[in-house]
Amino acid sequence: MIQTVLDILSIRKDFPILNRKVNGYPLVYLDNAATSQTPKKVIDAIVDYYSNYNANIHRGVHTLSQEATDVYEQARQKIQKHFNAAKSHEIIFTSGTTHGINLVANGFASFLEKGDEIIVSALEHHSNIVPWQMLCERTGAVLKVIPMNMEGKLIMEEYHKLLSHRTKLVFCNHVSNALGTINSIEEIITAAHNIGAAVLIDGAQAAPHIKADVQKLDVDFYVVSAHKMCGPTGVGMLYGKEEWLNKLPPYQGGGEMIAEVTFEKTTYADLPHKFEAGTPNICGGIAFGAALDYMNAIGFDAIAQYEHELLEYASKELLAIDGLKIYGDTKEKTAVISFNIEGLHPYDIGSILDKLGVAVRTGHHCAQPIMDFYKIPGTVRASFSFYNTKEEVDILVASVQRAKTMLS
Amino acid sequence: MHGIVTIIQWAQNLDMSIKEIQEEIVDEFSMFEDWMQRYEYMIELGKSLPMIKEQYKTDDNIIKGCQSKVWVHAELEGDKLVFTADSDAIITKGIIAILIRAFSNQKPKDIIEAETSFIDEIGLKEHLSPTRANGLVSMIKQLKLYAVAYQTQLN
Repeated sequence: MIQTVLDILSIRKDFPILNRKVNGYPLVYLDNAATSQTPKKVIDAIVDYYSNYNANIHRGVHTLSQEATDVYEQARQKIQKHFNAAKSHEIIFTSGTTHGINLVANGFASFLEKGDEIIVSALEHHSNIVPWQMLCERTGAVLKVIPMNMEGKLIMEEYHKLLSHRTKLVFCNHVSNALGTINSIEEIITAAHNIGAAVLIDGAQAAPHIKADVQKLDVDFYVVSAHKMCGPTGVGMLYGKEEWLNKLPPYQGGGEMIAEVTFEKTTYADLPHKFEAGTPNICGGIAFGAALDYMNAIGFDAIAQYEHELLEYASKELLAIDGLKIYGDTKEKTAVISFNIEGLHPYDIGSILDKLGVAVRTGHHCAQPIMDFYKIPGTVRASFSFYNTKEEVDILVASVQRAKTMLS
Repeated sequence: MHGIVTIIQWAQNLDMSIKEIQEEIVDEFSMFEDWMQRYEYMIELGKSLPMIKEQYKTDDNIIKGCQSKVWVHAELEGDKLVFTADSDAIITKGIIAILIRAFSNQKPKDIIEAETSFIDEIGLKEHLSPTRANGLVSMIKQLKLYAVAYQTQLN
């Protein structure tokens, strides 16, 4: 029995989309690890921006521009406070996690030499593998991989063995998108720092569930996307320690990021503008701030506790289905269940679930190396949010049963 | 209504045009009242798919753009093109079976010129989107590409 700490029915009223029907059935949205739904307060912030103070920021003398600049910079401060960054200019607005990773990878190209090593984990999303492969191709650096075990956990002894004086960078996600595993990033960061390597943590999957404290973690870079935490798509943040951000060269050239331009030489603007070339996603940044306000008002401790209850209930109920196997069976995981049913293709199960109004993700989840490790074509992934209910878990389980009957 | 409505008689196709076969498929699907019956029928159709020989189930014969694996092989018998296929997903198998039923045992020229709007009419329109994970569009394209290749050979 779920002893919920949250008033879920009242929370659900904040999300207009949860009222809709799909294929004649009430929507059961369990693809939260791909993108979360948007509460009315965030939608209102978007409408308010375009209705009342839409203007370009940072350079206008007129009132609208100043208002927009103020609210945008307030959003940066909200993000700073949320992740407990020491300074607001350590928060760089990006278009999302992938952009943040590429920005750092591109910057490191100027530091790396042939034979240097970059370590990534076996649990990475493609977006956290490809930029490093490209970086290695450009610089002659070598990519090393922390292996995983059958439980879906990184083998930390192997990680410690990979570290050496050649290691310059370590990249790992805080939470695996395919399996939900929460990685021991504290240990990863400390060990990397002991040998002088920098660490970037991909917090995309962690941010909706865990409030990361970048100072306490002592992490060098931390990246997230707003759309996984009740915000809009196309906006995210890169946190970087001031000393690192000063060291990294700019990623893109353009307006906003310059101090002085002549045809002979351009000097770059100070942080954070050095990394924010061009007109940013102003409305997106503002809405990101509104999303953090919304989630913090509910409280991350309450969210984590409730989602854990949902996870335990859903795991137990799903495992009662004959032939169902869950991948990523660790204690430390977020509310993500990646599963298959013996003899059935995940795509078939996902198609039937969709017909029953249940939205899940099927496939390799942009993490093909993990699927190769388990020797499977993919999984069905149900990922939960704080607005999901026990009743929705029951619908998922009944729908999976129905799909199994139809397909067997 | 559940279960098999028609055992497909592939031999019949020899005398029917693509258009006639498509009309026949549309007729069969019009008997179903809801998506579940349509899907169940598709799953049954998948079971009667003319199976590709193991030797042709190679990576080269996999159709790109599908979340599940789909292998298709084509060969000429006289002046007609015969398709065989397989997939690791059951619904995808049903979809490729429907396509093969319409296009197999036909002249390459007729395959190239054939319309595919019957897919809409059997309630599988949702699968037609080019971004759809099952790659129905890729399957149709691949069958037509085979026809183009063999047409060149016939000329």
